Amino acid sequence: MPTRLTHEQQLELYYFMQLNRQLEDRLVRLFRQNKIVGGVYSSLGQEAISVGTSYALEPRDWLAPMIRNIGALLVKGFKPRDIFTQHMAKYTSPTHGKDGTSHFGDLKKLHVVSPISMLGDLIPVMTGVAMAGRYLGQKIVAMTWIGDGGSSTGAFHEGLNFAATQSAPFVLVVENNQWAYSTPVSRQVPLKNLANRAKAYGVESRIVDGNDVLAVYETSKAAVEECRAGRGPILIEAKTMRMKGHAQHDPAEYVPKEMLEYWKTQDPIARYEKYLTENKIWDAAKKSEIDARIERELDADQKFAEESPMPPPEIVEHGVYCEGCHTIEAEWRRPKKEVTPPLSNAQSSWVVSDFGNFAPIKPGKESTEGGNGAESQPRPALKPPSDAEAKPEAGAEVPLRVPFGRGPKDKAFVRETQEQAKETRGRKQFPKGHGHHGKPFPKEPHGKRGKR
Amino acid sequence: MPEITMLEAIREALFEEMERDPAVVTLGEDIGVYGGAFKATEGLFAKFGPERVIDTPISETAIVGAACGMSYLGLRPVAEMQFIDFIACCFNQVTNFVAKSHYRWGAPVPMVLRGPSGGGVHGGPFHSANPEMYFVHTPGLKVVYPSTAYDAKGLLKSAIRDNNPVLFFEHKFLYRRVKEEVPKTDYTVPIGKAVVRREGRHMTILSYAAAAVTALDAATVLAKEGIEAEVIDLRTLLPLDRETIIASVKKTNRLLVVHEDTRTGGIAGEIAAIVCEQAFFDLDAPIARVTGLDTPVPYAPTLEAVFLPSVEKVAAAARELAKY
Repeated sequence: MPTRLTHEQQLELYYFMQLNRQLEDRLVRLFRQNKIVGGVYSSLGQEAISVGTSYALEPRDWLAPMIRNIGALLVKGFKPRDIFTQHMAKYTSPTHGKDGTSHFGDLKKLHVVSPISMLGDLIPVMTGVAMAGRYLGQKIVAMTWIGDGGSSTGAFHEGLNFAATQSAPFVLVVENNQWAYSTPVSRQVPLKNLANRAKAYGVESRIVDGNDVLAVYETSKAAVEECRAGRGPILIEAKTMRMKGHAQHDPAEYVPKEMLEYWKTQDPIARYEKYLTENKIWDAAKKSEIDARIERELDADQKFAEESPMPPPEIVEHGVYCEGCHTIEAEWRRPKKEVTPPLSNAQSSWVVSDFGNFAPIKPGKESTEGGNGAESQPRPALKPPSDAEAKPEAGAEVPLRVPFGRGPKDKAFVRETQEQAKETRGRKQFPKGHGHHGKPFPKEPHGKRGKR
Repeated sequence: MPEITMLEAIREALFEEMERDPAVVTLGEDIGVYGGAFKATEGLFAKFGPERVIDTPISETAIVGAACGMSYLGLRPVAEMQFIDFIACCFNQVTNFVAKSHYRWGAPVPMVLRGPSGGGVHGGPFHSANPEMYFVHTPGLKVVYPSTAYDAKGLLKSAIRDNNPVLFFEHKFLYRRVKEEVPKTDYTVPIGKAVVRREGRHMTILSYAAAAVTALDAATVLAKEGIEAEVIDLRTLLPLDRETIIASVKKTNRLLVVHEDTRTGGIAGEIAAIVCEQAFFDLDAPIARVTGLDTPVPYAPTLEAVFLPSVEKVAAAARELAKY
């Protein structure tokens, strides 16, 4: 993809992607050494999205990361030490150990809003950020991310719809990494492209190869410029793949091996390295120089984090409320006069352009279109449940109900299941290793309807 | 000074604060051109325009989320729930995003979430709720629930100027029923301070919102029988004014708590615990309470009347208390 970026900037993209990957690699090692207090959520294979999208923002712009957007935090100006200390719950972390992972932000300088664990909530919040920026005349753009899984939350839809009614300068990046924890996207959303979600709200959308950092950057840059010009919001769907489990504890055996094999060939950093070499943007010496710089920075910051103290117990009750510790003042970039009477006076009535009348379908249009041009995708017909399917024959493999939090790796669970299987005639043993894994879905996904 | 209703007092507070500070904006369902379901925001749109008086879709999560986002840039948004019952739709935004923001990462959320609450107007199970205790149980929020027009105006102004998220409950039974002279001048009523509405020496009746009016009426009845009850209006439920509560109990030695909210997990229980911790040996009688029943608020007037605290119920409980 042709890019507007200089060679220096293109190398910076590599630096951030590799920094992101190496940083997470170290987090995994620290996790195994029991030095991480909570979880580690890998963005392996998704670095091009975090880096490419956030690289399109200016310092005045606002972003709010999701759990797999450490790359975006680095691009926006946070340091690896912030990420290390956050994961290790150190007193020196941005939240002083009060929250972990990428749950931190900075209102004043970097303009980063902290995420919470509940998915989708950032979408209305960043809509508000975008609206406030416009109101204050700051000409900012707000950006946040959501996964394929999170795109099914109420907050996603309320937020995107509100952003659309407000024409908010807001870019929503949907990272379609194919998996919501263990559930494949096909079992979450009856759409081929999540970008189609935007259509329902009259929102412009783009689809981009999420493992091509330049494509991600260019798409994002164009979207950010559109939004800044007042034509927001815009949704970008970036297609990618989550190469690890939901978090470190999850071996993700539900992912078909062939799928991982395919996506390994699409690794965003390997692809970008190839691009940089083929286009003579760097040579081996330059690559070593950047890689060495990353090592150096990570060494120093990891050391800092490991040597940092845990928060002292006495701060536990500090900071529940702002008791004068913050001065709250909006940064006005337009005359306040414009929003105070008499200039703010408005006619208290609505102008309705059309009267919402029914428009018949134009001849020649597909029969799936109905009413006022509403579109729907043809969907496969559901097979009605039948008794024969509801009661499996003796000897047929019965899908096991795995209790919450217990998976095939749990030895006690395997033992119990085997014992149960012995007692129950005609029921197969829990499959070990082969056959079951890699085929998480039955051939007829709707065959078990009515059994839930 | 002419008398105005609580509703008019709330409207005045919004007008004056928006005039004083262009960082104050309002958003909610039907609050703009229409002026709000109860007309609390009537006239704001004409004066301050669509940028500051924002009609939203029916999306409570989006309303609270957007208000929170706006506050991060230094605005002071006042979001309206058309009925406070609908706050359940955005519970996550309020309790997880907004309330924890300052503690987690030092980001203050100077927003107000206000809305008509309470029963007595035959609104039924979804238009009569008193959901304040969900939020009193949420560190990081402030919870205010006034019972007079003067307090409503002064407390709403304080809430808007506060650097923390304030939930401002407006009892809709009182909207047009309580009237008093309210200064046109700028004044505030501090958050976190209870007020002694009536002095007495035989017992303390603690209450807030519409139940505070009921408690005062009951005190008038009791006075004729020779029982002098001290009536305290809490006004703020979080943070709770412990000093005023304890001082009064130490003076009267008897405590009756009256609230419209349901009984189990209502604030009476928390107050009883505080009094037992700090003034147990000053008590001459068990702590008594008159509250809403442990049911949804019923629709039929005959049922709702049984649900709600009444002057008779309060007076009866007070008479029992006075026997000790």
